[in-house]
Amino acid sequence: MDDLLAARLQMATSLGFHIVFACIGMTMPILMAFSEWRWLRTNEPVYMDLAKAWSKGVALFFAVGAVSGTVLSFELGLLFPGFMRHAGPIIGMPFSWEGTAFFVEAIALGIFLYGWNRLNRWVHWLSGVVVGISGVLSGIFVVSANSWMNSPRGFTWQNGEATNIDPVAAMFNEAWFSQALHMTLAAFVATAFAVAGVHAFLLLKNPKNIFHRKAVKIALSFGAITAFLQPLSGDYAAKDVADRQPAKLAALEGLYKTSKPADLIIGGIPNDQEERVDYAIHIPGALSFLAHGDFDAEVIGLDQFPKDERPPVLITHVAFQIMVGIGMLLALGGLLFLLFSWRWQHLLSNKWWLWFIVLLTPLGFIAVEAGWTVTEVGRQPWIIYGVMRTKDAVSTMPGLQYSFYLISTVYLLLTGLLVWMMRRQIETLEEFYPSSRTSKP
Amino acid sequence: MLQIIILILGVAFVLYTILGGADFGAGIVETFAGRKGEKIISKALAPVWEANHVWLILAIVILFTAFPLVYSTISVVLHIPLMIVLIGIVLRGSFFTFRHYDIGHSGTHKYYTAVFKVSSFITPVFLGVTLGAMILGRVDLSDTSESFYEQFVAPWFNWFCFAMGLFSALLFGYIASIFLIGETLTPIERFRYVRLSRVFMLLTFVASALVFVAAEWDGLHLFNDFFNSTASIVAFAIVLLLVPAIFYLFNHPNILFLRLAIGLQVAMVIVGWFAIQYPVLVVEKSGEHLTFYNTQAPPATQYQLLIALFVGLLFVIPAFFFLFRVFKPGDDQKPVNP
Repeated sequence: MDDLLAARLQMATSLGFHIVFACIGMTMPILMAFSEWRWLRTNEPVYMDLAKAWSKGVALFFAVGAVSGTVLSFELGLLFPGFMRHAGPIIGMPFSWEGTAFFVEAIALGIFLYGWNRLNRWVHWLSGVVVGISGVLSGIFVVSANSWMNSPRGFTWQNGEATNIDPVAAMFNEAWFSQALHMTLAAFVATAFAVAGVHAFLLLKNPKNIFHRKAVKIALSFGAITAFLQPLSGDYAAKDVADRQPAKLAALEGLYKTSKPADLIIGGIPNDQEERVDYAIHIPGALSFLAHGDFDAEVIGLDQFPKDERPPVLITHVAFQIMVGIGMLLALGGLLFLLFSWRWQHLLSNKWWLWFIVLLTPLGFIAVEAGWTVTEVGRQPWIIYGVMRTKDAVSTMPGLQYSFYLISTVYLLLTGLLVWMMRRQIETLEEFYPSSRTSKP
Repeated sequence: MLQIIILILGVAFVLYTILGGADFGAGIVETFAGRKGEKIISKALAPVWEANHVWLILAIVILFTAFPLVYSTISVVLHIPLMIVLIGIVLRGSFFTFRHYDIGHSGTHKYYTAVFKVSSFITPVFLGVTLGAMILGRVDLSDTSESFYEQFVAPWFNWFCFAMGLFSALLFGYIASIFLIGETLTPIERFRYVRLSRVFMLLTFVASALVFVAAEWDGLHLFNDFFNSTASIVAFAIVLLLVPAIFYLFNHPNILFLRLAIGLQVAMVIVGWFAIQYPVLVVEKSGEHLTFYNTQAPPATQYQLLIALFVGLLFVIPAFFFLFRVFKPGDDQKPVNP
């Protein structure tokens, strides 16, 4: 394995691992705080038990998220020192804001988890809200650093050095808003559907259980609204990519030839030799409309770019299809939930509906991983789009693959342990939370 | 402007050494802390350990924003020890939380504890190794024709760096023993940690002497530099003067004063070292050392970083005080679950 590939795989593994915990860290505190708020308002103990049960899971996931995030702050340099040497002063600002938000989040989470019996109820609830807000903010800030890699601003590149650095312009780059919106919604969709799925599964085993019914309802309410909004933010992000990164758009859509109007190519397997997508469905003019809002608009294809500036089409296109497919399915699930929400009592007793929710459990996170694959692989061969190639940024230390093997082993071990531990948590729910034993009369 | 950033970086470094050090040290001390040790340590650490470790992230962010060349240089040359530090941080944090939150005291528990203890020791050792390599002067990025060993192993694989590592681990154990005195509830328990504090204090002094000896061995004239710096001598005098004060506080326990005393001692150790080192961050073989001045980011970056740091600290410092107030030592703390 060459060092560039090893470095990219290690970064992908580390980010792919961390992002799951980051999503949970952004969403779960809000679900917990919502449940606690319901408890404060209604005094129904089931809501307090739910908040506490969730908070134990969050404590586990947050710890792993915190340490894997620390790893990333070092890995940026360990793997791509050539990038950080120049990018550090330009995008250090969002990182320092992210650090602040994360700091507040870690402190507030400590207060939330261990302060149940030490604080006024509302102060305790407020600490949960602070965890949620700072969690979302830290996500939004850190996405700014990534969106800068896609739309580099705030510097002049001369003779391999960045001059005229303007960190504010860099932070408020054009891609930030669309990427941060899309990511934040994605975090909520993925986490909420996963939580709903787990509780729906338990509800199937134990119908009418009030604890799991409340859990599914809260999680799905958040999941449904965000899943419904997500395709809209996706459309906005795609138009943005079409304007700023036409090569990425062409790769993710599998558009080899510049076309006017351009077909939307759904599914299929990109064939680089023949420069076409095999076995795909074509919808005439639809890509022109989606990318530029006009059925007759020209869409730039990969043929406009020299071969050494094209992203890998196969991975980008397939990942994009997975993301969009799942996004549509989850939006449909969310829409169904919203439409029938006036009779959700009935829905939660319906076996088919519950099985449907159970099947959706992992999909949100798969879509998140696929989406990041699209944005990262779709930017290749650049690490800073149009400015610096990934191969010029990689560490000069040979043997990077051993770092990759090491970190992959550790993360694999942690993943296995976490899954096992979550099962144990769930199995002992009834032991700790009286309300999880009660059924609806 | 640059001076303020250096100051904040220094403060973050000192706070990480004290708070993060107490955390790491607790894992080291636990082996010698008897049956109740685990309970006391888990209770004391659980609410605060994550927040304590954010100081490291803050220091790293300041480093790559304001002194990017330093960050990228140590990332390349010290890849191996840093990677070990990272694995240690991941395993330690994860397994501490697993131990705390996983259900029951089943067979897995002792594995969690074993990983927690081992990584609590390895991580500070390699943090010390990294720091040692930055000042020893065997870092050389310019000559890429040398062997892998010369470029990426020799800078840190030597007596001095491992003496630094041992010193760091023992210092952290010392900090933790002193911190944990305040977490005990009975006189017998307290006496146990007082005894541990004495032992670790002695060991830390021995290890610091070892650092000086190893430095001479590896051609770094630390001893000479030390006695040529008035600030270092003053800082060391304060460290020594605090020893009888700490011994007095062992017998007349005042938790706040005791913690302030150890905090001041640690701060003075760092000040003493900083006084020798300033403004150099990485001593290079070629003689072209990386300093705060020749690696600094442009003024616009420094200005924005300062704004972020000020606003950030405005939120973080009161939050920190609130956290420590809520979980002040000695309070009976009921866990979330029975």
